[in-house]
Amino acid sequence: METFDLEAQGLRNLNAALQSQTKETNQTAWEIVNAKGSHAIAVGLDAPIEVTVRGSTGYYCGGMNKQATIHVKGSAGPGVAENMMSGTVIIDGDASQYAGATANGGTLVIKGNASSRCGISMKGVDIIVHGNVGHMSAFMGQSGNLVVCGDAGDALGDSLYEARLFVRGKVKSLGADCIEKEMRPEHLEILKDLLERGESDAKPEEFKRYGSARKLYNFDIDNAY
Amino acid sequence: MCGIVGLFLKDKSLEPKLGQMLSDMLITMTDRGPDSAGIAIYGSETRGKVKLTVQSDTPDRDFAGLDKDIQKALGGDVTMRVKDTHAVIEVDTAWAAAARTVLAELRPNVRIMSTGETLEIYKEVGLPKNVASRFDISSMSGSHGIGHTRMATESAVTTMGAHPFNTGRDQCLVHNGSLSNHASLRRKLRKAGIHIETENDTEVGAAYLTWKMQQGATLGQALESSLDDLDGFFTFVVGTKDGFGVVRDPIACKPAVMAETDQYVAFGSEYRALVNLPGIDYARVWEPEPSTVYFWSHNSAPTATEKAA
Repeated sequence: METFDLEAQGLRNLNAALQSQTKETNQTAWEIVNAKGSHAIAVGLDAPIEVTVRGSTGYYCGGMNKQATIHVKGSAGPGVAENMMSGTVIIDGDASQYAGATANGGTLVIKGNASSRCGISMKGVDIIVHGNVGHMSAFMGQSGNLVVCGDAGDALGDSLYEARLFVRGKVKSLGADCIEKEMRPEHLEILKDLLERGESDAKPEEFKRYGSARKLYNFDIDNAY
Repeated sequence: MCGIVGLFLKDKSLEPKLGQMLSDMLITMTDRGPDSAGIAIYGSETRGKVKLTVQSDTPDRDFAGLDKDIQKALGGDVTMRVKDTHAVIEVDTAWAAAARTVLAELRPNVRIMSTGETLEIYKEVGLPKNVASRFDISSMSGSHGIGHTRMATESAVTTMGAHPFNTGRDQCLVHNGSLSNHASLRRKLRKAGIHIETENDTEVGAAYLTWKMQQGATLGQALESSLDDLDGFFTFVVGTKDGFGVVRDPIACKPAVMAETDQYVAFGSEYRALVNLPGIDYARVWEPEPSTVYFWSHNSAPTATEKAA
């Protein structure tokens, strides 16, 4: 275990050290102490290493992640795991707005609540939120899965393309072109796997599925102002 | 961007440290906006007196003998403390309005930063650390306060464009965001007789709240109606004599984090601003919901709709 004191050693040194790890590295376990809400912690990683962050993080923790597992033992600021490509990001506390925005792949687990715009423009990431998500979550989502074990805020899945949304609790309102869809056996299978990966003991049968009605795919004069 | 902070103390033993804690919080937010900075402190009160915090770009000339000149014009006891470009003038409460008129005649270049029984506002162009040290904010005690560090978007970088804005006696406002309908609202408010000094969007927001409260709305009601009438992005933190409130627009893209313990309620644009507060690791930390008015008060029965000050 390599322990890195962010306050003493600085952010650039931290990210340079983490980004220089290769697939063959022997330093596979890293611990970051004194995070103190700093921005851009552990961004742009590209090696199968495990990074544990003690404390809460600021903007863009785990952004652009590939392969690495980043575990925040606190809450995360805006844009956590933004544009992640692969790997896993786990937040023990809450996540601020636009968690997992534009992420192409990987798994983002939020054990508390996520704020507004969770999974905005998601492009293949799997996001599992143990608590609630705020308004405009999965806005313009294109691919991937968003699992919400609690409630969803206003305008869930607005202008959705093809991402799957699973919500166990109440949905305050659905966004434009987002509808409830039938939960078929194959969806229960997908959801079972997602919940396992997200370390949630919720039952797939308790969820409803939402997705795109695909009515915004083509221009419709009645939608024009 | 802009960075905003607020600190409301429940534990009286922390009051001597208010200025220190609040300046540290604001300095942490410096990279959210380095143009200008300001802090409002709710401190001590002299019974029967009201404080005018005033500013001058030429303090040596403008503040020389100013207390005596006001006293000559008004009568009664007038005291003055000068702090760098600012001065706090205390007059009898009954003469608060008259003092403003007299001041405009005696020293036309002096600008009024705030009026209040406990409120003092200090703001200038420059980095938070410089502004805080010019006015020795860290030595100030008080029950609560709010602060702002500005990245200007809607108007010039000037002292008068800096936050907090005084919205009424003992009331003030800081803002992170930008209002897009400030020009039309400014025209409307000026027609209604509200004084608006600058081309700044936040001043219009502050004037709007003043106008609403002049019409009989409580601060809570004025904040509620701001959600309908203000177009644009805003996270507001407002200070009153008894407490402070927070409201975010429905989109809520401007960040906000709050923390509460038995000792305090704190607000920061980012969690970074809160990390050095005592007991933060055990505080309840959360993001205020959009379109929701929050309020904390030293009154025994705090409510979002209390008639402030």
